[in-house]
Amino acid sequence: MDSKDLAKRIRKHALRMTSAGGSSHIAAVLSMADLVAVLYADVLRVDPERPKWPERDRFILSKGHAGAGVYAALAERGFFPVEKLDTHYQNGSDLSGHVSHKGIPGVELSTGSLGHGLPVGAGMAYAASLDGRKHRVYVLLSDGECDEGSNWEAILFAAHFRLDNLVAVVDYNKIQSLGLVADTIALEPFADKWRSFGWEVREVGGHDHAALKPAIAAASTSGQPICVIAHTIKGRGVSFMENTVLWHYRTARGDEYERAMRELQALD
Amino acid sequence: MRDTFIRELTELAAGDPRIVLVTGDLGFGVFEEFARRYPRQFLNAGVAEQNMTGLATGMALEGRVVFTYSIGNFPTLRCLEQIRNDAAYHDANVKIVSIGGGFSYGQLGISHHATEDISILRALPGLTVVVPADVWEVRGATRALVNTPGTCYLRLDKSMAPATHRESDEYRLGRARLVQDGRDLTIVATGGILAVALEAAEELSRSHGLTVRLLSMHTVKPLDIGALAAAARETGGVLTLEEHTVEGGLGGAVAEALLEQRAIPRAFIRVGLRAGFSSAVGSQEYLRTVYGLDKRAVVGAALGMLGR
Repeated sequence: MDSKDLAKRIRKHALRMTSAGGSSHIAAVLSMADLVAVLYADVLRVDPERPKWPERDRFILSKGHAGAGVYAALAERGFFPVEKLDTHYQNGSDLSGHVSHKGIPGVELSTGSLGHGLPVGAGMAYAASLDGRKHRVYVLLSDGECDEGSNWEAILFAAHFRLDNLVAVVDYNKIQSLGLVADTIALEPFADKWRSFGWEVREVGGHDHAALKPAIAAASTSGQPICVIAHTIKGRGVSFMENTVLWHYRTARGDEYERAMRELQALD
Repeated sequence: MRDTFIRELTELAAGDPRIVLVTGDLGFGVFEEFARRYPRQFLNAGVAEQNMTGLATGMALEGRVVFTYSIGNFPTLRCLEQIRNDAAYHDANVKIVSIGGGFSYGQLGISHHATEDISILRALPGLTVVVPADVWEVRGATRALVNTPGTCYLRLDKSMAPATHRESDEYRLGRARLVQDGRDLTIVATGGILAVALEAAEELSRSHGLTVRLLSMHTVKPLDIGALAAAARETGGVLTLEEHTVEGGLGGAVAEALLEQRAIPRAFIRVGLRAGFSSAVGSQEYLRTVYGLDKRAVVGAALGMLGR
């Protein structure tokens, strides 16, 4: 399956999952669907038959609230049956609202509190570099998440130790929980910040698969860790969810759900 | 205790390349040999404890046994969520080491007083919490923790009790050490303040004719409930002693266990900090006097508990 097809499936699954379960964050999943699709279709060296294959690339969803997106990708890649997605958020399920490693093959780290993924990823990358291993570590963060200082501790660390096997992908959809990033805590000049901390920065359209793959997959040219700033649109794929704050938390129900699903199906 | 811990870890690291020591930019002059001999097993993460704990988790998930190190509350309270959500929730082999339990850094003020850490860390599911009293217990605990799965907390002290173990004693994680036996009351102590318990026991015997059973409860979690229940049944009362708040630490753990086990002691008292923040300035010994943790206070508490 190609990345565009996977992205469509991720969007549809995520809409179903978040609406059926009554969980929120659909817009946060939609903004990163293309990032996750490119990772799981084209970039990550993983084996659904061997989720703990030692040579695998490690992927951490640090913006754990968008877990539905990763669950959908893992299911489509064959880590577990697609039917399991229907249990998302339900009583007794393994699929919690924030991504969890318990009972779910292919998940490296349970997250949910922002700012945890990059330090752990840096530890994995550091161990890999000590051991001369060839796999990479990818961490997907949200923009609002970059308010958390713990990220910047890891960013300093990774640059100092030249962890060029570490890739941070930022889903830069410019909207956080209560409003625009620019109005909450401004991140601009965002790329400059990462660069000044010693990272190799690549800015790319976050829904442009042709550009995303090389941006994420290409090796570091500087010996420094890589930050891919993916300019995305919150709620991408459903017209009335795009670029809104509302859909960070709102669950699509009834008529809204039908309209959203029709739009996602029309992408086929 | 710190030097003993480092010496022990240095020996263990020789034969075990999984062992990694990560410091939060502390330990001046202490890690030189370790770092020199095992450069790939030593890391200074800088003054960044949340990252330090995340790194440790990442490395542990990749097969290492990672000791994080800092002083006072820095390796614990500063990065508590990382300990909880990252290390403990993933059963990661992260062993958190703090030097400076209680008033070890007395004159440096409350920012450096670790006086709530036992309560807080023991509340985390799956944590092993060890507070050794002397060199022998530090060595035993260090060895044991390398092979204890999951996330552990080792709280070291600048004070130490003198050696009281017998040649035949074997250090066992989770098993209280019987330092001396007695019938009139039991003192259960954790950490270097066992030294005060020994002095108090000696005075209670000499001046008041009381025999004291003394238990070193080096492992606060999991607690040796058997030893506590026996003490409740077989002696006249149970006194807990810790350089730590009375709320939820050793004293709290013992009270909870005895009540639920229906092993109700004839008398019970927790000796620890009750007074709020420890703002007095002074050495560890001085602060024990000010805050009711010295020999006089323990003797007084014991006698009061027994109604004498």
